[in-house]
Amino acid sequence: MTALAVARLPETSIRWRLVLWLSVFGAFALAACLGAPLVGTTRIDLVQAFSRAVPFADNVDAQIFFIARLPRALAAALVGAALASAGVVLQALLRNPLATPFTLGVSAGAALGSMLAISLGLHVSVWGVSAVTAASFAGSLFAVGIVYALARTHQRRFSTNVLLLAGVTLNSFFSAVILFVQYIANPAEALRTVRWLMGNLDVAGYLPIVASLPLFAAAFLAFAWQPRALNLLSLDEDAAAARGINVVRSQQLAFFSASLATGAAVSLGGPIGFVGIVVPHLVRLLVGADHRVVLPSAALFGAAFLVVCDLVARVLLAPLELPVGIITAVIGGPFFLWLLIRQKC
Amino acid sequence: MAAHQAEVLAGIRDPGFGIRAAVRKRASLAGCRLLVGTSLLAATALVVTAQQVPQRIISIVPSVTEMLFAMGAGSRVVAVSSYDHFPPEVERLARIGALLDPDVERILALRPDLVVTYGSQADLTTQLQRAGIATYAYRHGTLADIGATMRELGARIGLDSAGSLAADRLDRQLEAVRERVRGLRRPRAMLVIGREPGSLRAVQVSGGYGFLHDLIECAGGANVFADVKRESLDVTTETILARAPEVIIELHYSNRPAEAVVAAEGEPWHSLSAVPAIRDGRVVLLYGGELVVPGPRVARTASLFANALHPEARHPLPESPTGDGTSGKPSRATSRGTPLSPEKCYFFGSATR
Repeated sequence: MTALAVARLPETSIRWRLVLWLSVFGAFALAACLGAPLVGTTRIDLVQAFSRAVPFADNVDAQIFFIARLPRALAAALVGAALASAGVVLQALLRNPLATPFTLGVSAGAALGSMLAISLGLHVSVWGVSAVTAASFAGSLFAVGIVYALARTHQRRFSTNVLLLAGVTLNSFFSAVILFVQYIANPAEALRTVRWLMGNLDVAGYLPIVASLPLFAAAFLAFAWQPRALNLLSLDEDAAAARGINVVRSQQLAFFSASLATGAAVSLGGPIGFVGIVVPHLVRLLVGADHRVVLPSAALFGAAFLVVCDLVARVLLAPLELPVGIITAVIGGPFFLWLLIRQKC
Repeated sequence: MAAHQAEVLAGIRDPGFGIRAAVRKRASLAGCRLLVGTSLLAATALVVTAQQVPQRIISIVPSVTEMLFAMGAGSRVVAVSSYDHFPPEVERLARIGALLDPDVERILALRPDLVVTYGSQADLTTQLQRAGIATYAYRHGTLADIGATMRELGARIGLDSAGSLAADRLDRQLEAVRERVRGLRRPRAMLVIGREPGSLRAVQVSGGYGFLHDLIECAGGANVFADVKRESLDVTTETILARAPEVIIELHYSNRPAEAVVAAEGEPWHSLSAVPAIRDGRVVLLYGGELVVPGPRVARTASLFANALHPEARHPLPESPTGDGTSGKPSRATSRGTPLSPEKCYFFGSATR
């Protein structure tokens, strides 16, 4: 179904589909978020966990539930939702089905920031936000700034080709700098930085989540404004302009909100791959191409998907923790290939 | 310390000048033959070099460098890796890269007759052997392997008795630590070897294999991850809460931490207050790059671990074999993050809050 055809669908039909899919994916996300903290490698007594008879400081069951598991599930949900929606937005903006939240160099910038923080041994943490988290967010802003400056043409309209090329080039450039930083760092620090690249959602508390919440909220709020414009932008800029869309503003909003969501997600959980490409495509396969349905569905499904992947990561090889990025890639890669083959048939 | 060096030196004695000159002559002859380039002659040279007592040793592995110095072969070491900083004498030696970036050209230019490589450096070993240079491949292993390596290496470089002496001395020091904690209750211990700075993410701990695990056991602790037969593993905060260690020892590799850094590094542990070690103020941060070098200085690390695990039986540290001036008197932590300066050791936890 083309986006133009989608745009012409009667409003009532869209509303029903929206309700249907949002309740399906919403239920899935809710079940994942509520269920994940109940599952783990340790058998915990829920009555004891919620009991006030034992002070929280001494209550192992409560600390496992409220510090080790619940914040993890919440962080996974936020990061998953942000990466999946950023994927949808960027695929529409760039009119390229292979675009991911990491295509524009945001994650490489974030990675470079965190590498520097780890290699320089920055130990300061303010309000539960470590220097590594702060530096990775700063790195993503830096990358966004460069890509934006490059991609602006004289008419102030984005050149999506330049945007893509700038992003890809910046990715390779930052990767080279990352390799250099790893190379000159001592082996212990180099190992830390490699581990960071695999993603980790064990935030061990709520402060990192609370600190990044304003960023996520701003990004999601911006996403909520965009579906209609994305439907038209994903088709053709001129057609969108002809239908009364302010193309420049829509493009800027899409670019900055997707970058903000990606930067916040990467600084909270590391560059967790595949969520931003597999989830949007799977959701499109199920609900069609209308961004009014796709965008919220992808956010909810992305949240559920990453919560489940993180659950697998922490229980599969326990007591070893498997980096969550490995799980998303192992599940996401073959699944994506299967999608491609199926579509061909 | 001086006594120790004398003891080591007494047992070894470098070959006399006559032998050395003959060895050099043969080595240079071997070099000429290689230049001629016939494979037959090169093979002969290889055999000749392998049989000689090495006089120009290059060590790419810091722990082996320390072993060589401890057995009195320091004067024969001509170059070390870029990560070598001990004993202080190595600072003026040539550097030839490290595990991932050995500079083969530089190694060849230094005309070594023995190169100590790490076991995984297969390419380097092949290249060196092709050039007719003998190699000694080393891999980190258990605590017992350190003494065994010193004996084997001593025999390899013609210092059999010095190698054995150094190994015996290490065995005695470790035995003294074992003796100190014998009969004491073994607290459940977790040894943290890395985590993301400023948070409790990607906490990497020692598993139940390797010299670090052996050091915990030697120092009278029961490693809570002894069942995982790996050198290291990443664990979740849930696993830490579930395994409930009574003592947490955390290794940091900087040598002189600022007090603010120590405070910031200890802070994240407070969030897991249900862990006995954190509740009772028994999170011990140890600083020093030598802590993870499986060489002769592990006896000192064992003693540090024993002090952390059994504060009731604290003990002065043994002097380090070649002396780094950090052997210290026992001291006690009274408040959060109080530095025990000579030992570069800091205590954390709710009880000291």
